[in-house]
Amino acid sequence: MIQALVFYLFAAVAVASGVMVISARNPVHAVLFLILTFFNAAGLFLLCGAEFLAMVLVVVYVGAVAVLFLFVVMLLDINYLKLREGFLQYLPTGALIGLVLLAELLLVFGSWKFAPDAPLSVGTHVPDPAVVTNTDAIGRLLYTEYFYLFQIAGLVLLVAMIGTILLTLRSRTGVRKQKISSQVTRTKADSVEIRKVPSGGGI
Amino acid sequence: MSFLDRTARTWLLTELLSGMAVTLRYFFSPKVTINYPFEKNPISPRFRGEHALRRYANGEERCIACKLCEAVCPAQAISIEAEPRADGSRRTTRYDIDMTKCIYCGFCQEACPVDAIVEGPNFEFATETRAELMYDKAKLLSNGDRWETELAARLTADAPYR
Amino acid sequence: MAELWTGYVWPTAVIVARILAIVLPLLVAVAYLTLAERKVIGAIQMRKGPNVVGPFGLLQPVADGLKLFFKETIVPTGASKVVFFISPALTFILALVAWAVIPFDEGWVLANINVGVLYLFAISSLGVYGIIMAGWASNSKYAFLGGLRAAAQMVSYEVSIGFVMISVLLCVGSLNLTDIVHAQAEKGWFVFWHLPMFVIFYTSCLAETNRSPFDLMEAESELVTGYNVEYSAMTFALFYLGEYANMILVCAMTTVLFLGGWLSPLPFAPFTAVPGIIWFALKVSVLLFGFLWIRATFPRYRFDQLMRLGWKVFLPFSLVWLILTAGVLEFGGWLPK
Repeated sequence: MIQALVFYLFAAVAVASGVMVISARNPVHAVLFLILTFFNAAGLFLLCGAEFLAMVLVVVYVGAVAVLFLFVVMLLDINYLKLREGFLQYLPTGALIGLVLLAELLLVFGSWKFAPDAPLSVGTHVPDPAVVTNTDAIGRLLYTEYFYLFQIAGLVLLVAMIGTILLTLRSRTGVRKQKISSQVTRTKADSVEIRKVPSGGGI
Repeated sequence: MSFLDRTARTWLLTELLSGMAVTLRYFFSPKVTINYPFEKNPISPRFRGEHALRRYANGEERCIACKLCEAVCPAQAISIEAEPRADGSRRTTRYDIDMTKCIYCGFCQEACPVDAIVEGPNFEFATETRAELMYDKAKLLSNGDRWETELAARLTADAPYR
Repeated sequence: MAELWTGYVWPTAVIVARILAIVLPLLVAVAYLTLAERKVIGAIQMRKGPNVVGPFGLLQPVADGLKLFFKETIVPTGASKVVFFISPALTFILALVAWAVIPFDEGWVLANINVGVLYLFAISSLGVYGIIMAGWASNSKYAFLGGLRAAAQMVSYEVSIGFVMISVLLCVGSLNLTDIVHAQAEKGWFVFWHLPMFVIFYTSCLAETNRSPFDLMEAESELVTGYNVEYSAMTFALFYLGEYANMILVCAMTTVLFLGGWLSPLPFAPFTAVPGIIWFALKVSVLLFGFLWIRATFPRYRFDQLMRLGWKVFLPFSLVWLILTAGVLEFGGWLPK
C-alpha cells in the first residue's frame, strides 16, 4: 500500500512538474521544474528496484546536465513581449506540425506490437535480483552482450566532445599567457641583476 | 636546480607542505592577545585621549579664555564665549567641544599657554547617544577633577622632552 | 489495529529516533566546528579566538545561534521569493540526508544500501543547486556571480571526485560503504595504496564544499560573500549550517573511502578495544583540522587557475591513476570477486 502511495506521489509530481516545464513563464523556473521531474523519475526508478539507474540519473542529469542548462538559461536576457510578438502569425504552422506529429504517434501506437521473441530475450538476460545487485547486472549486460554498442556510444560522445572543443577553439596570436611552470621555476639568479651605479653616472 | 629535482618538488607538493609547516609552528606559539577590557596595553604620557579642563591647586580654573585653542583647532570643534567675572578676571562663560568633530590632533593642548585644556589618557568614553558627545564646560571641568592626579603625572613625565 | 502498530507506527518511530540520533549530534558538531574554526585560525594567527562567552568561549556557538534566530529576515526587492526561501532549506536538507548511508561503526548505519557511494555522490552533486538558486533568486549581481562560479566550480571538481571514487571502488568491487571499510580491513587502508588519489580527493572536497583556498563563490574581497550576500537571520543560518555539515560529511566520506572508517589504525589489543565510533570521530576530526589549517595557510585561487587545476591537473592525473589501478588489478589477478 505504501509503495502504491509513494508511486502515485512520485508520478503525480513528475507529471505536474513536467507540465510546468513547458508552461512556466520564467525559463529559470522551467529548468528548476525540469530538475524536479528528473528527480521524481529517479524516485520511480528506485521504486522499480533499479537503484543504480536512479542514482546515475541524479548524478548525470541533475548533477551535471541540468546545472549547465541552468547556467545558460540564467544568462539569457529574454524580452517576454518580443517573444509573444509573432504568436498568431506562426500559430497555423505550429498547429499543422503538431497535428502531423499527433497523427504519426497515433499510427505508431495503433500498430504497436512486440516482436514475437522479445519476451524470451528479456527473460534470458534478467539475472536473479536476490543473487546479483542491479549494478552488477547492468555491468554484465553492457560489457558482454552490448559491448560494441556501448563502445560506439562512447565514441559518439568523444566525437561530439572533440567537435565542441574545435568549434569553440580560437587561436589568437599576440596574446600573452601565464606560464605557471616558468613563473615557479624563476629564481633570483636569472631575474635580478645587481649593479653598482656611480652617483650621477646612470647605467 | 636540475629538472628532476624541480619536478620532484612540484609533485611532492613541497612548497605547500612547507607553508603548512610554518602555520603549524605558529599554531603552537604563545598568543599575543590581550584580554581587553581586563588587560590593557601601556600608553605613552603623550597619548591623546579624552579632553579635560584643569584647575590650579587652589581650585581656580586655569583657562583664561584666550581662545588660542579655538583658533588653532583644525576641525573647529571648540567654541568659546568669554566675559569678565565679578572679580574682574577674564574667564569663559561657555567652553564646548564637539567630540564628534574632534580629530584628537592635540593642537589645543599645544596652544594653551596655561596648560588648561589637555588631552588625557582616557580612551573609553563611548556613549549611547550623540548628544552626550557634545561636551560643555561643566563636563570638561569634571573630567579635569577626576583625572587630575594622572594628568599632572603625565605632564611631569613628559616635561623633560618639551 | 495491532498490525497497524507493528507494521507501520513502530518502525516509523524507530526510524525517526535513529534519524534524531544522527542529526542532533551532527548539529552540535556543526556548532562546535564553527567555534573550532575560529579557535584554530586564531591560534595560527597568534590570537586566542573567542574566549568570553562561557568557559574558553564554549558557549559562543549558542550566542551566535540565538543572535541569528532573533534577527529579521530581509527579502530583497525583485527577489524571486519562493526560490529565495527554498534554496537555504535545500542546502541544509541535502547536507543532512547524505548522512543516511554513512557507517559510523560496524552496523551503525541508517540505510545500508547497495549504491551508498553513488548516493553520496548524487547528493553532493545536488548541493550546487542551493547555491545557484540562491544566487539567481537574490536579484543581486554579487550573489549571481557567486552562483555562476559555484556552478562551474562544483561541476568541474565532481568529475575528479568521481574518478577517485572509481579507483577505490575497483579495489573493493562493491558500492556499499560498509563493504568498502571491510575491504580495507583485509587489504590495508586505501590511503596507503592510493595516496595521490587521497590528496586529489581531499583537495576536490575542499572545492566541493567551497572551502578556502577554493572559496571563490563567497570571496569576501571580491563578491562580499557571494551567493549568500542578500541572506540574513535564519535563512543565512541554514546556509551556514549546511556548509559546515557538508564539511563534516566530506571528511566522513574521506574517512570511509581512504582511512578505513571505524577500523583502528593498529589491529591489536589496546587499539581494538576502543569503540569504532571513537576512531571514526577521531579520523573525521583530524581531516576537519586539516580543512581549517589549510584555510589559515593558503591564499585564495584565481578563478582561471582553479579551473586549470581541476581540468588540466586533477582530471588527467586521476584518469591515468584509474587506468593504472585497473591494469594492476587485472594483470596481478587481484580483482575482487
